[in-house]
Amino acid sequence: MSRSRVQREDFDIAAEIDAITASRADIGAVATFTGLVRDHGGTVAAMELEHYPGMTERALKEIAQEAERRFPLLDACIIHRYGLLNPGDRIVLTIAASAHRQAAFDGAAFLMDYLKTKAPFWKRETTPEGGAEWVDARDSDDAATAKWSNYNG
Amino acid sequence: MTVLYFAWLRERIGLGREELDPPAHVATAADLAAWLSQKEPRYAAAFEDMASIRVAVDQEQVELDAPITSAREVAFFPPVTGG
Repeated sequence: MSRSRVQREDFDIAAEIDAITASRADIGAVATFTGLVRDHGGTVAAMELEHYPGMTERALKEIAQEAERRFPLLDACIIHRYGLLNPGDRIVLTIAASAHRQAAFDGAAFLMDYLKTKAPFWKRETTPEGGAEWVDARDSDDAATAKWSNYNG
Repeated sequence: MTVLYFAWLRERIGLGREELDPPAHVATAADLAAWLSQKEPRYAAAFEDMASIRVAVDQEQVELDAPITSAREVAFFPPVTGG
């Protein structure tokens, strides 16, 4: 199974791990990744995350299911926030649970790399002076997604 | 069909969604962008550089030459920057 959510509210990492591991004893490894808003040396005052309601939920579900097809995962979770966030705030959480560590590490990294290029989110950063700029997509994110095409753990 | 715009496309066009009934010769997502660009300068400004534009038809990301004649929802947006 897998779980995915898009929400304005913050999330509780420990509670999400508990939700995955409660009432079962076959999971031996849980890897999590948390993405935070950076202030880029004081040049970012806030970040607004826009998304495509409807398509976002579908994309997150498909990414989580794809991770479960590729790796021997017992559960996978994606939570992505939207709306106005401040430096230090949590943006995104990926969790991969497996019997052993390698699939858990791979799963959490795969979820994150695919999110970067396949989930319909856009970031707009505002500066302390009141300016605003849309964040450009990075070629390095495309490369990070592409590297999984030949990787099978 | 419903046409959606996100991020700086939404800002340049000045709205996030609209209902459109394009003429029969508008067969692909690229045709739709070209048709809109001819109608008003704000669309021409948004669709100026098609290399930086992505499209989804009925919430699936597709190429710009994808057919849209039976689409219910077409969305234009810049490359995604989630995570």
